[in-house]
Amino acid sequence: MTGWMLDLPLALGLFGAGAATLAARSLFGAVLGFISTGLIATLVWVRLEAPDVALTEAVIGAAATSVIILYVASRIGGGAAAPAPPHIALRILAAILSALLAVLLALALLALPEQAPSLAGPVLERIAPTGLGNPVTAVLMAHRAIDTLLESAVLVFAVFAIWSMAPDRRWGRAPGPAFVAEPHGPLAFLARVLPPIGIVIGIYIAWVGADAPGGKFQGGAVLAAMWVLPWIAGLIAPPSISDMRLRLAIAAGPLVFLMVGLAGFVWAEGFLAYPPGFAKLLILLIETAMTLSVAVAMACMIAGPPERRPQP
Amino acid sequence: MNAIAPFALAAAGLIGLGLYGMLAQSSVLRKVIAFNLLGIGVFLVFGVVARRGAAAGLPADPVPQAMVITGLVVAFAATALALVLTLRLHQSTGAVTLAEDPEASTPPSKHGASAE
Amino acid sequence: MSILISLFAAACVLAGAFFFIAGTLGLLRFGDTLSRVHALTKADNLGLGLIVLGLLPLADSLADALKLVLIWALVLLGGTTAAQLVASAVRRDQRPPE
Repeated sequence: MTGWMLDLPLALGLFGAGAATLAARSLFGAVLGFISTGLIATLVWVRLEAPDVALTEAVIGAAATSVIILYVASRIGGGAAAPAPPHIALRILAAILSALLAVLLALALLALPEQAPSLAGPVLERIAPTGLGNPVTAVLMAHRAIDTLLESAVLVFAVFAIWSMAPDRRWGRAPGPAFVAEPHGPLAFLARVLPPIGIVIGIYIAWVGADAPGGKFQGGAVLAAMWVLPWIAGLIAPPSISDMRLRLAIAAGPLVFLMVGLAGFVWAEGFLAYPPGFAKLLILLIETAMTLSVAVAMACMIAGPPERRPQP
Repeated sequence: MNAIAPFALAAAGLIGLGLYGMLAQSSVLRKVIAFNLLGIGVFLVFGVVARRGAAAGLPADPVPQAMVITGLVVAFAATALALVLTLRLHQSTGAVTLAEDPEASTPPSKHGASAE
Repeated sequence: MSILISLFAAACVLAGAFFFIAGTLGLLRFGDTLSRVHALTKADNLGLGLIVLGLLPLADSLADALKLVLIWALVLLGGTTAAQLVASAVRRDQRPPE
């Protein structure tokens, strides 16, 4: 009963925040509504007993996504006039169809059979050889490693795609626009004080993911924030996008993952299989490389394509 | 199932809201926000299904959870790309919509790459 | 003894929740940006501080308790900086007479 007292307001708040996002008159209102929706969704994930997902939603879904949306909104929202909405008939049709889909989906979810199929048992049965204590990490790194490998490649391609949006004359410059440095402002203070703590926290979250809620994506996102913060404060300059070290750091995760996976043909049963006894070590190796890649790739995605003026 | 019914309904509702927002709003940036609302709803459906799969002493099925973590990161990458495209569209044409005739809805202005 | 600890924790968390509600009300109802920032930082500092204080005796280990205090310190740091940035943006906007 106490669960319902918490769950009902959370569910109503989630839907209400989503509705407020759509109903907001100004662009900034919509962004604020979206941030609230993401934060409430994080709490819902905690209530769904999924702390790993709650951390990811908080760091990537709510925080990082909101940062880039807010940033683009502040750059195009100010001057642009509000565009005319589509024809009223089209909107009514869209509303009817969307509501229909939502109702059907809700009915389907409520009609699911009481005896739910679950892979929790099989995952736990096969977790011992991986040496991991966190079943979600075991699924990510061992049972469904192919998904995670493909996803790490998606991050690399996303950075390619974003960089290729740069005008030709800026190719090879540092990513992102130029920020005005204010060496004694509050942001510069934060950019000096926070990274030493934040880097430790990011590495801790990535490291602890083997046995407890956390992991490379959550930790990598925190590390990305710690790198972007001094850029925005104007304290350090990001490296050029043609810098080989930057490119290697972005590709390190999928490269190491792929090499370990291919080595599985020789040393173990096949692609992405780990040799017995070495699973934990190899998983740690991949996770280390992927934490670095997630951090650098996310920092580059937040910064956007090169816009900086040529350095004097 | 009853214990998670509120979240199942909220997830279905968010999917409906997100879909409507993507169809019925003309601002590209607002479409991107609606796409992310839709994403939150879809991921929560996975969460509800994972919670139903509580078994073997685990409070939730880890497989859907791992898929959602993967999905969240991919959704972030897709959003980042969509936002950069939106920004470049605005910088080179001054438009904030994908309407057939941008001049009809927004006054033609010379933004160029020097905006901001 | 454990009843006393539970009472202390409940009192602190309730007081913290009160500050959050008051801060949120202020954020929604106050007229100008500076007052709203003022209300918000009070909610962050005092509300979260009281909740952390109430949770400290319930922590399983010293490491967990230190993590709670660290969370509060980081929120203080972030909230303070954000408040300063908002306030300086307000001042920048107000300087040229409208």
